[in-house]
Amino acid sequence: MLLEALTFQLGYNATLVTLGAMLLGGAAGVTGTFLFLRKRALVSDAIAHATLPGVGMAFIVMAAVGLDGRWLPGLLAGSAVSAFAGLLSVQWLVSRTRLSEDAAIGAVLSVFFGFGIVLLTVIQTMATGGQAGLEGFLLGSTAGMLFADAVLIALGGALVLAIVVLLRRPMTMMAFDPGFAAASGLNPGRIDLAMMGLVLAVTVVGLKVVGLILIVALLIIPPVTARFWSDRADRVVLGAGLFGAVSGWMGAAISASAPDLPTGPIIVLVAFGLFALSFAFAPSRGLASMWARHRRFQTGVHLRQGLLSLAQGQPIYEPLTLRLLQRRGLVRADGVATDEGAARAARALMDERRWDVARATPEFELAAARYDGLARIEEVLTADQIAGIDARIAGPREARA
Amino acid sequence: MPELQLSGPEADAARAAEIRQSPLAIRGLTVSYDQKPAIFSVDATIRPGAMTAIVGPNGAGKSTLLKAALGQVKPLSGVTTVYGAPLDAMRHRIAYVPQRASVDWDFPTRVADVVAMGLYRQLGLLGRFRDTHRSLVQACLERVGMEEFAGRQIGQLSGGQQQRVFLARALAQDADLYLLDEPFAGVDAATERAIIDVLKSLKAEGRTVVAVHHDLSTVREYFDDVLMLNVRKVAEGPVSEAFTTKALEAAYGGRLATAQIDRLAEAG
Repeated sequence: MLLEALTFQLGYNATLVTLGAMLLGGAAGVTGTFLFLRKRALVSDAIAHATLPGVGMAFIVMAAVGLDGRWLPGLLAGSAVSAFAGLLSVQWLVSRTRLSEDAAIGAVLSVFFGFGIVLLTVIQTMATGGQAGLEGFLLGSTAGMLFADAVLIALGGALVLAIVVLLRRPMTMMAFDPGFAAASGLNPGRIDLAMMGLVLAVTVVGLKVVGLILIVALLIIPPVTARFWSDRADRVVLGAGLFGAVSGWMGAAISASAPDLPTGPIIVLVAFGLFALSFAFAPSRGLASMWARHRRFQTGVHLRQGLLSLAQGQPIYEPLTLRLLQRRGLVRADGVATDEGAARAARALMDERRWDVARATPEFELAAARYDGLARIEEVLTADQIAGIDARIAGPREARA
Repeated sequence: MPELQLSGPEADAARAAEIRQSPLAIRGLTVSYDQKPAIFSVDATIRPGAMTAIVGPNGAGKSTLLKAALGQVKPLSGVTTVYGAPLDAMRHRIAYVPQRASVDWDFPTRVADVVAMGLYRQLGLLGRFRDTHRSLVQACLERVGMEEFAGRQIGQLSGGQQQRVFLARALAQDADLYLLDEPFAGVDAATERAIIDVLKSLKAEGRTVVAVHHDLSTVREYFDDVLMLNVRKVAEGPVSEAFTTKALEAAYGGRLATAQIDRLAEAG
């Protein structure tokens, strides 16, 4: 079942949903990266919650003029209008009052959402009919997805990606250094607005699939996941698109392969699974790698300190240091240095003296910046440079002699 | 009588010509954050081809002046012209080095990418990043002695190295007027030397350098002109004329010991 769903062989509706979710996940991941890098990820939550009153109002208006209240483009247009009003409210509160952005987001999000719930309740009591299914916008409902809905998502996603390609440079510059971006002639207000417009588009398009409460997960989790894998903004953007698309694809397929599994929440859980894997195992920024690096460094420091103590004939008190030295055959069980230990200790002391000189000499400034207490000086400086340092170490002694 | 020259059409014409030529001319600039003025009615005329230090105690409005000149804070009143024209028409002639602490250094980007941001005006939205751009970035890094760091993640840099990367990015902008916000703050001695060498080479190329500066002991050695602020303008002109005991006392008040002020003012 699952394999069939993953390979798009589980019937017409399941295939539509899976393709739609994949495109949505990709577009959301790419867009969300700029939001995440700009450190304004939570604004997307305010935008998402602010869609609800628009959905309700659009339904009421359409029903009042005798149309089908469930006509999707109409509902989405309504949600876009009220989401934009929510976004402007956040911007206005931040720029015109002393409220910080997190407080403004909290206020706008809850008020708009509350108002939307009131509207939905009112709609339930209306005599127009057809109101069933509006709650689907809260958590997404893909069961009745039509071909036209999938086309809408595909078009929206493609448009969003095109705009991201066009604006990637200004949006990256704004995220890294808004002051410099403005001095370079970019208009910060307009670029931020464009970024928020993209987020709004993704949110509106994604309402039907994952719903307004969980869309924020698709905007934030993929970028955070991708950040574990790269130190370059362009690759984080691509990675986030990839993680988002994979989440949408696998999540939709899993939910289609068993009865009564909700699509949106499963997509979010898959995204979280990818995040958890990256968090634990990503090279360099992952937990395992950081822990290993820390251990390696700790071992290095203990060995170095132990060798320096040996060289200077000082006793070693730290059990870990002693254990590490013994395990490497540098120290006998009674704490006395072996021949190899004594030789390594002498070398360590020499290295330390050379570093002292290098760090005090301006011409070695760049090399000295790499000093971490562990790297051997031969790895950083050339033989000639070290000879120069040795001359300095020996110098004053000759003068005294 | 010299006083007579302060008024009349000839003097007006002379002043207008001075403003036209000045890389940065400020008239009656007042900026206020919530009722309390950060700078009040400041006039300043930056001399072309000179290195000018903006000095003053903490909270004197030094950075605010720079930000207002760049249009990043909205003044309550006042006019700023860049080479005699409004800022927006002349932005391409300005390079800016913000304070190092103003950005997140864990941002996913490499040293060369940061410097390449200085080429945005050349590249535009979609212009291809060619080999010529790559070698330009490399040349800018060489000027600040950071060429070996091009591929490094910016989070691995020391404070001084970060500052040099920012300077390299401004060099890539290839501007006529360089505005720097505390370029020497919290950097090591080697970086300070590297930066001042670059700034002096910019001056030798005929460019204008304006830097917010906090170390009074190096004003004489590094700069030609000084603009001393304490919310209002206290003094302006060549260091030898404007960097005086009287001006320092007026700007810093009790914040500097008298002996310190005398030493600074007489050092020249």
